[in-house]
Amino acid sequence: MNIPILKFDAVVVGGGGAGLRAALQLSEAGVKTVVLSKVFPTRSHTAAAQGGISASFGNSEDDNWHWHMYDTVKGADWLGDQDAIEFMCRQATDAVAELEHFGMPFDRLENGKIYQRPFGGHMAEFGKKPVRRACAVADRTGHAMLHALYQRNVKAQTHFFVEWMALDLIRDKDGDVVGITALEMETGEVYIIHAKAVLFATGGAGRIYQASTNAFINTGDGVGMALRAGLPVEDIEFWQFHPTGLAGAGVLITEGVRGEGGYLLNADGERFMERYAPTAKDLASRDVVSRAMQVEINEGRGCGKNKDHVLLKLDHLGAEVIDKRLPGIREISIQFLGIDPVKQPIPVVPTCHYMMGGIPTNYKGEVLDGIAEKVVKGFYAAGECACASVHGANRLGTNSLLDLVVFGKSAGNTVVEFVKAMPEPKPLPENAAEFSLSRLNKLDKTTAGETLADVRKDMQVCMQQHASVFRTQKVLDEGVKKILEIHKRAQSIYVSDKSRVFNTARVEALEFMNTIEVAVATMAAARSRTESRGAHAREDYPERDDANWMKHTLYYSNDNRLEYKDVHTQPLSVEYIPPAKRVY
Amino acid sequence: MSRKMKFSIYRFNPEQDKKPYYQDYEIEVDEHDKKLLNALVKIKEYYDDSVAFRRSCREGVCGSDAMNINGRNGLACLTNLADLKEPVVLNPIPGLPVIRDLIVDMTQFFHQYNSIKPYVIDERPMPEFERLQSPEDRKKLDGTIECILCACCSTACPSFWWNPDKFLGPAALLHAYRFLADSRDQAMNERLNDLNDPYRLFRCHTIMNCVDVCPKHLNPTKAIGKIKDMLLVRMA
Repeated sequence: MNIPILKFDAVVVGGGGAGLRAALQLSEAGVKTVVLSKVFPTRSHTAAAQGGISASFGNSEDDNWHWHMYDTVKGADWLGDQDAIEFMCRQATDAVAELEHFGMPFDRLENGKIYQRPFGGHMAEFGKKPVRRACAVADRTGHAMLHALYQRNVKAQTHFFVEWMALDLIRDKDGDVVGITALEMETGEVYIIHAKAVLFATGGAGRIYQASTNAFINTGDGVGMALRAGLPVEDIEFWQFHPTGLAGAGVLITEGVRGEGGYLLNADGERFMERYAPTAKDLASRDVVSRAMQVEINEGRGCGKNKDHVLLKLDHLGAEVIDKRLPGIREISIQFLGIDPVKQPIPVVPTCHYMMGGIPTNYKGEVLDGIAEKVVKGFYAAGECACASVHGANRLGTNSLLDLVVFGKSAGNTVVEFVKAMPEPKPLPENAAEFSLSRLNKLDKTTAGETLADVRKDMQVCMQQHASVFRTQKVLDEGVKKILEIHKRAQSIYVSDKSRVFNTARVEALEFMNTIEVAVATMAAARSRTESRGAHAREDYPERDDANWMKHTLYYSNDNRLEYKDVHTQPLSVEYIPPAKRVY
Repeated sequence: MSRKMKFSIYRFNPEQDKKPYYQDYEIEVDEHDKKLLNALVKIKEYYDDSVAFRRSCREGVCGSDAMNINGRNGLACLTNLADLKEPVVLNPIPGLPVIRDLIVDMTQFFHQYNSIKPYVIDERPMPEFERLQSPEDRKKLDGTIECILCACCSTACPSFWWNPDKFLGPAALLHAYRFLADSRDQAMNERLNDLNDPYRLFRCHTIMNCVDVCPKHLNPTKAIGKIKDMLLVRMA
């Protein structure tokens, strides 16, 4: 079959915050680049981030990048790589200042400096008290950042392939990545993109769960492709359940509400976080708050007629503060629940929000394979789809937007260096598109059977029931069994639309083939980790076990294999921050 | 607790259809299906997976699912089913070429947006940290930076229908104002020069369909008025 081949120096897969920041480095360095995005770049899910982006400017009160690093190490429950964490926290003020230079419209203090709000887990003086570190644009920070980055790429004349979906990685006999196959959604044509370097910035995979804050497009495509190509996914058992997803709707209500002074109440009208986190209270790390909420609900103190949620109270902040600092979530609460937070508290539940795990990389964005961390030549990753690892077992709010720009830039720079040293891309292997075409063919030739919708729904229910906030061996074992059955069923799903032009049913089926891989990986990794750490909470192993488990999980899907590699304990320049009891 | 709802959806697949047509659906909706997008997803999942439409965030922040709903542009994810008269008639947003069903070619819309140089122009040496901006100056950007580029406004504007290549349209003009109003931008004169021709700005006749349909409650007509004021002030 004659598949057209397009040649570039670099291809970036994903047009969200990380992809756009990386693309900027590439475009400005004159590297022949194309950014592939399933959606128009400003539709990327970065646009939904609300609360802020962290940097230790100290515009309202003293702050220091080293405190930020400590908070991030602790937030990660000591599973984060301290070199990558130092790298990110040291660069934060430069990265955020750069965004301001790009025109991002930050809120301002009277003195003209960027407004910063308190946020969960961000403390002054190595955990003493909350500190204002989250640089904000009302509660639309992600939207503002994404648009600023897109605008800058318009200026740099970055080349985009919009509404193209990457299908598979192409690796040569040395295991190096030499390109990707991709589907042009508008025409249904398949292409090979032959490149010196491929950078994945494909985002998260929240759609493995029934309820999540994520968009429909967050289907774990990059992780799925990496797994199919024989590469591992790291720490995939660590999924963040954001404390304040809107009950019923799943839409995110920013942690910034609590940063501005809002707090959680149970059915007794008690501000229960005072019991669970005496110092930080409602601004404890997200996993701590989500667990507290779940315990309150499980123990019968939930609100509403089904006692299945808790309340987020913010009316005491006053309409003026809410309209100035939190107008977006006010609109969301009214739109989806008919509840105006100026008058009434908002019903919230822990909701799947973020994938701490992902494609293993170092802080330069190079993808790594195995315990020995062998660099996979020609392959890079940044953003939520990557695992550098800065978020370890749990991510602090505002650290994701920061992750995107710091590692987007870092990976971009690494790619610039790599491609400039290379006169030509490495040759494509024979039949480079064969694997992808066979997958597409199978889907097209299936004319009866279980529908995509049914199997996908079963996966989401399985994950919701078996890999949620609290996990036990029995429930996880059952979950593994169920998800493997669903995985088998997924191999022969049926989609009735067989057309070529903008076939969204086919795109959803292809996405699902990635999502199910992430689900299987999550269950396998979660079942095996017999300790509680960060967002992975085992009722049967309630303590953190550093002696046996302070290590990263690596899961390979082709042979269903788990390996474990060491956490990087050596920061770049400061002292190692040794594990301590994690209390807020 | 479910009920039935009727939909009539514009269908067109260039591979097989000579002309577009309307396809009728009657589907079960329950208390969880609050928004039009829920119903559309349901149609795709359980009734007809070939219906094509764009969507992503489902919370009104990405701008993907703009469509013409019972004759009015809006976002499917923010439109309440309970507010819709049946049969709910869904058309693609008007004036742009249709690729497939409810998916239109947005090229011209984004071309106009790109043409206003949608980025802060400031060649001065950058300070180590943030450039300062007073809260008062920052406030001038409210009402412009919330735009999600959904195109409900421009595709509801008759002037944009008649001259999509010459008139910038409400969205691009809103963004033009956003950069004119930003105290950090240093290119006011050049921006105003670019807008000062018979078509780019001045085809706005304050029809105000844009204000009527904007799902983020923005006011492009007001922004356009402010640009016209700036041109007058400059002339004086």
